[in-house]
Amino acid sequence: MPEHTFRVNGEQVTVDVDSDVRLLWVLRDILGVTGPKYGCGINVCKACTSHLNGRAFNPCAVPVRDLGPGDEVTTIEGLAATAGADLHPMQQAWLDHDVVQCGYCQPGQIMAAVDLVRRVAAEGREITDADLDGIRNICRCGTYARIREAIRAAAASGG
Amino acid sequence: MTTSRRRFLGYVLAAPVLVAAASPGEAQAAELLDLNDIMTAAALPTSGLISVEINADGTVSFALPRAEVGQGITTSTAMLIAEELAVPLHRVKVTLADARPELLFNQMTGGSNTTIATYTPIRVAAAVARQRLLAAAATEFGSTDLRLADGVISTRDGRRIGIGELATKAASPRTLAVPVELTAKDDFTVIGRPHGRVDARDAVTGRKKFAMDVTVPGARPAMVCRPPTINGKPGTVANLDEVRAMPGVTDVVTISTGVAVRADTFGQCIDAVRALRVTWKPGTVEGKSDTTVLRELASAELPLGPRPITPYVEGRFTFHFRSNSALEPNCAIADVRGGRAEIWSALKSPIVAKQTIAARLGLPLSAVTVHVTEGGGSFGRKLFFDAALEAAELSQKLGKAVKLMWHRADDSRQGRTHPMATSRVRIAYAGNLVLGFEQRHTSVTTDLGHGLGELFTAMAAKLPIGDKAFAQTFFQFSHTSPYDFGLHSRLLSETGKGFNTGSMRNVYSPDTTCARELVVDQVAARMGRDPYRFRHDLLRGDRSRAVLRAAAEAGGWGRALPAGVAQGIAFHSEYKGVSACLIEIDCRPDTVNRPIRDGVAGPRVTRAVFAVDVGLAVNPLGLEAQMMGCVMDGIALALTSSLHLRDGYFLEASWDNYFYTRQWNTPPDLRIIIMPSDSDQPGGAGELGVSAAMAAVACAYGRATGTMPTTFPINHGTLSFVPKPTIPPIPASPVDGLDHVR
Repeated sequence: MPEHTFRVNGEQVTVDVDSDVRLLWVLRDILGVTGPKYGCGINVCKACTSHLNGRAFNPCAVPVRDLGPGDEVTTIEGLAATAGADLHPMQQAWLDHDVVQCGYCQPGQIMAAVDLVRRVAAEGREITDADLDGIRNICRCGTYARIREAIRAAAASGG
Repeated sequence: MTTSRRRFLGYVLAAPVLVAAASPGEAQAAELLDLNDIMTAAALPTSGLISVEINADGTVSFALPRAEVGQGITTSTAMLIAEELAVPLHRVKVTLADARPELLFNQMTGGSNTTIATYTPIRVAAAVARQRLLAAAATEFGSTDLRLADGVISTRDGRRIGIGELATKAASPRTLAVPVELTAKDDFTVIGRPHGRVDARDAVTGRKKFAMDVTVPGARPAMVCRPPTINGKPGTVANLDEVRAMPGVTDVVTISTGVAVRADTFGQCIDAVRALRVTWKPGTVEGKSDTTVLRELASAELPLGPRPITPYVEGRFTFHFRSNSALEPNCAIADVRGGRAEIWSALKSPIVAKQTIAARLGLPLSAVTVHVTEGGGSFGRKLFFDAALEAAELSQKLGKAVKLMWHRADDSRQGRTHPMATSRVRIAYAGNLVLGFEQRHTSVTTDLGHGLGELFTAMAAKLPIGDKAFAQTFFQFSHTSPYDFGLHSRLLSETGKGFNTGSMRNVYSPDTTCARELVVDQVAARMGRDPYRFRHDLLRGDRSRAVLRAAAEAGGWGRALPAGVAQGIAFHSEYKGVSACLIEIDCRPDTVNRPIRDGVAGPRVTRAVFAVDVGLAVNPLGLEAQMMGCVMDGIALALTSSLHLRDGYFLEASWDNYFYTRQWNTPPDLRIIIMPSDSDQPGGAGELGVSAAMAAVACAYGRATGTMPTTFPINHGTLSFVPKPTIPPIPASPVDGLDHVR
């Protein structure tokens, strides 16, 4: 079987697996990185949202062959380290607003939120209702209102 | 168990460290007024088997015999213990108990009953522990003038000892009965104060473990290739050897529900399932569609009473099938080898699961261990253990451990659904007087075979309802009459089997309440009355009127709005709680037709104000979260969420087909009002809010469009997606993920 080398949460990993296995399963089933969740497998629920080289992506829709040694995958487990703290400001905002209910979708929500704030900041503007409406991550517990509050708070504090 | 409102009898159990429990109790038949009374009474006789344990490190352990699926009961339970034991909340470790058959009816999570049923027993156990610790400290210090705070007992002259150091000394080699007095409500410092979830940090860091995140040696991923129609059965497999040779695949075998594959990764399971060529036998609802089920319902409808001689308003409403699929799909780990079985799954009825699995595997009950894992949502789904049963069967067949997961398409198409129903309502009136209220609810049979039926049977002798069918009993006991509407008559009839049904964040109430509130609006209109004032005048009880008033005032009831935008208001009482919701909805074409990729826009709820009085709110922050979620469910049920049945299967196969509320449907202005309460008893909250929210959305929609909606969700008539194929039963994962990175 082919070997694939890339980086996950700051560490280089090499996995021996078929090239078309989607990254979500490489992370979860082979590497034991279980923060990214399965919710649909077809890139619509966004529960697996993670970052590739600092940008949001969905590993359920990326064959492992698409990654190379220079690629850095950040999952929820590695997010705090990117801010050099115990918690990323977005995670802290999540705690401050008691966003979580069952928690299943929340790693993906947080990773999507960090990416949204990054994109909006790059455009030099404030978060709008339309930006928040555009978040596609589903939450079956219906935590949407608190997600919006937490993102606005984190964005305001520079998170 | 009660000797006065606050004096109870508890036990110190024989153990090497301090273990304390409440004593079992028995409710009086006269107290059984609603569904929750029945569930609470059924749990009481075994409440003495639930114990609090003090550990040497100063922590307190409690194995909660309920399922945490997001509703926040591990947090509220930790709060109860922290209150009575005067220990910091973070030192209370609440875990989920394994299935314990000796608990009989005291290990089922449902009916929003957890806090109601466990509120007193857990506090009694903690109070026994507190008293025992103080007694041990008194011996240690030679003084009874002691103070327990922050997990430390201190004397007036400054000597201190942690409760952990007393854990052994306070233990008893034999079981002792101990009378205790619970903390008075006025002295509460934890209960009733907002507290963030105890598992929040684990959840936001990815450390929270759901069933599929648990590592069990040898348990490799497994999935099932399922039939194209509901409950179809597997026939022959044309290419077994070919699929067995696929990369990563370790096993392919036919089980009772389909053809199971086991592989190194779920990705390879998906590929193998898609590659299988299976001949299928018919399902249990072959050829049925929305139309045929509607016909069955119509023919099963019980007649309303004789036509009144006074004026009356009638309405007939249709509620389509809906999916109670949680975001965590059905899943379970099973290791069935050497005459023993060990199961891990999020289970709300673990005792029934354990009994059923043991019977299916042909093993004695004692050889089956069932662990309850944290659940990623339930909404009724995790009352059932479909995946655990399947995983056990597969593991036994293979002699290997398996981590079995349903694909989302399986969860949507073969999983549990809230049954389709019709509800007919008639309200008779004369002048300004309401004379009578009749409701006939007709539903595809709801499967309640997850322990609730057994619970009711066990309690039947104590119920003032005779030997009516269980569903009818359940229906009557889950409904109250909030309005002063004269003569009430309410009946349920069920029809049709073959569907995989279940409750869905409530069983009947969202539908029955929505139907009732829409007709209430019609009656108010006939009388020329304001819908809010009309309700307010006819609601029974100060608590009921107060929540309605709170929602109306905070939401600005009656304020001027543009054409196509309107308000609705509705009321619902259940689980010893009362609730009211005010909704503003924008039904203008520009809003309804705003473009959303792979989703449904539709009318936008722009404001939701929800007022609730559950009695004592153990954790107001948790209650607020529950109500917010209930509002999102209410919006979904009224506007967007349904399953379409065609040719014996549901068309919906994933979240891009099934339109649960999304960010673009969320009200930008959402307010939850928790009413002050002087009650010293908590009410249930998990499901309470859905009914008033759904009804208020429907009422607002009716007023905004000038037409009372009669079919729910309102967009059911429009199929807003292209159905995915049924063979293969699950879609391939895309490969273009990197193209979407922005």
